[in-house]
Amino acid sequence: MNYVTLSWLDLAAAAVLIVFNGVLSWTLRLGLERSIAIAALRMLVQLGAIGFVLKFIFDQSSPFVTAAFALVMVGVAGHEVLARQETRIGGWTAYGIGAGTLFCVGLVATIYCVTVIIGPQPWYDPRYLLPILGMILGNALTGVSLVLNAVTQAARRERAAIEGRLALGESRFEATSGVVVHAVKTGMMPILNAMAATGLVTLPGMMTGQILAGVDPVEAAKYQIMIMFVISAATALGVMLAALGGAWLITDGRHRLRLEALQLV
Amino acid sequence: MLRVEKLKVGGLPPLSFEVAEAECMSIEGPSGSGKTRLLRAIADLDDAPGYVFLDGAERREMPAPQWRRQVRYFAAEPGWWAATAREHFPATADPERLGRLLDSVGIERSLLDQPIGQLSTGERLRMALVRGLIDEPRVLLLDEPTGALDQQSRALVDELIKFQLLAGRVVLLVSHDPTEVERLAHQRLQLGETGRRTGSRSQPVVNGSAI
Repeated sequence: MNYVTLSWLDLAAAAVLIVFNGVLSWTLRLGLERSIAIAALRMLVQLGAIGFVLKFIFDQSSPFVTAAFALVMVGVAGHEVLARQETRIGGWTAYGIGAGTLFCVGLVATIYCVTVIIGPQPWYDPRYLLPILGMILGNALTGVSLVLNAVTQAARRERAAIEGRLALGESRFEATSGVVVHAVKTGMMPILNAMAATGLVTLPGMMTGQILAGVDPVEAAKYQIMIMFVISAATALGVMLAALGGAWLITDGRHRLRLEALQLV
Repeated sequence: MLRVEKLKVGGLPPLSFEVAEAECMSIEGPSGSGKTRLLRAIADLDDAPGYVFLDGAERREMPAPQWRRQVRYFAAEPGWWAATAREHFPATADPERLGRLLDSVGIERSLLDQPIGQLSTGERLRMALVRGLIDEPRVLLLDEPTGALDQQSRALVDELIKFQLLAGRVVLLVSHDPTEVERLAHQRLQLGETGRRTGSRSQPVVNGSAI
């Protein structure tokens, strides 16, 4: 594998472009120069930092350091699930459903992927494990946030229907089954669309990266296909767990709809 | 026998009362006085401290779905979740009984297979009543069962409620229609603006020969 490394000067040349954006905004009085500067600076600091952090972790190649970093990733993703809700839902239960779902899905799918499918030596080699966990979490996160949002929104909208079913003596999961099925479909939509459109409309990021790094395009495609299967399976699992978790969250042990507990009413 | 003991609903003082089989108690009071909340609490759809007994068994002694199969809340604005009314009925429902119930409230049997949105408000209200009665709950908590009905349908629904009383059901009735209350209620519960309860026992109106 051979690829052209970037010098610091090359980065400066790229940064000129964003500076040009800023100047344009200033001359046209768009008022965006502050936002551009902050976003660019954040990107620079975050990506720079993660580069060094990953380098450190790869050098250690310790299962404990890798696991610790993986846990941090899951924790941040769990927080992101709540941040993406249309209606604020709070509390440790809601966080636990988001983060817990992502933890289960990330753990199972990543370990299956690195042990059964790829098989690096050692299997916990962070160079494989962490990027794959990242891709799984990123996609599952989208699905899980959509599902929780769909469940809570539908519960508000269909309150009369759900309570009608509860009043007839259905259990909390029977009464919310319509909402859950609809939410699962919503949550699966992005990954299904991504699978259908990939290669035609966009080249996936990982494949592009591997091609730039000098990998044979067919080999890169094989990797991408494998990862697509893994992330869609992981997302499907996460979406279903989160939908049931959501139904559990909006009801109580006496099979009552408890929207007020979530401040959803 | 439905027995409510020290049930605490919203801002109301604790309520205690008994309604026997074949008896109807009306619940009256201005809007916002807690009539709906009281019925919902008895059906265990809202959390409320205190006790509700059906034949000596408190609601918390059994799973909530089992309680609600016997103590049934009928909402003033019923919710629907499938395309047609028929899909809301259990598949095991006796078609003969279903047909009779529909006839008794004046609903064409063909409306069962119409899209639910094409039914009028009054038709949906009566359809929900039939749905709630099909599996024969023992306590009927009726929240304005004739609120959106015309005079003729109202009379049919009142007849059906009388018939349910004859069959030994316990009925709690929220109604804004004084003549309906007069015709059906054996006792009346008044929820005032101050939440003060002025219970009274009026003459039983229903008797065995009424229908």
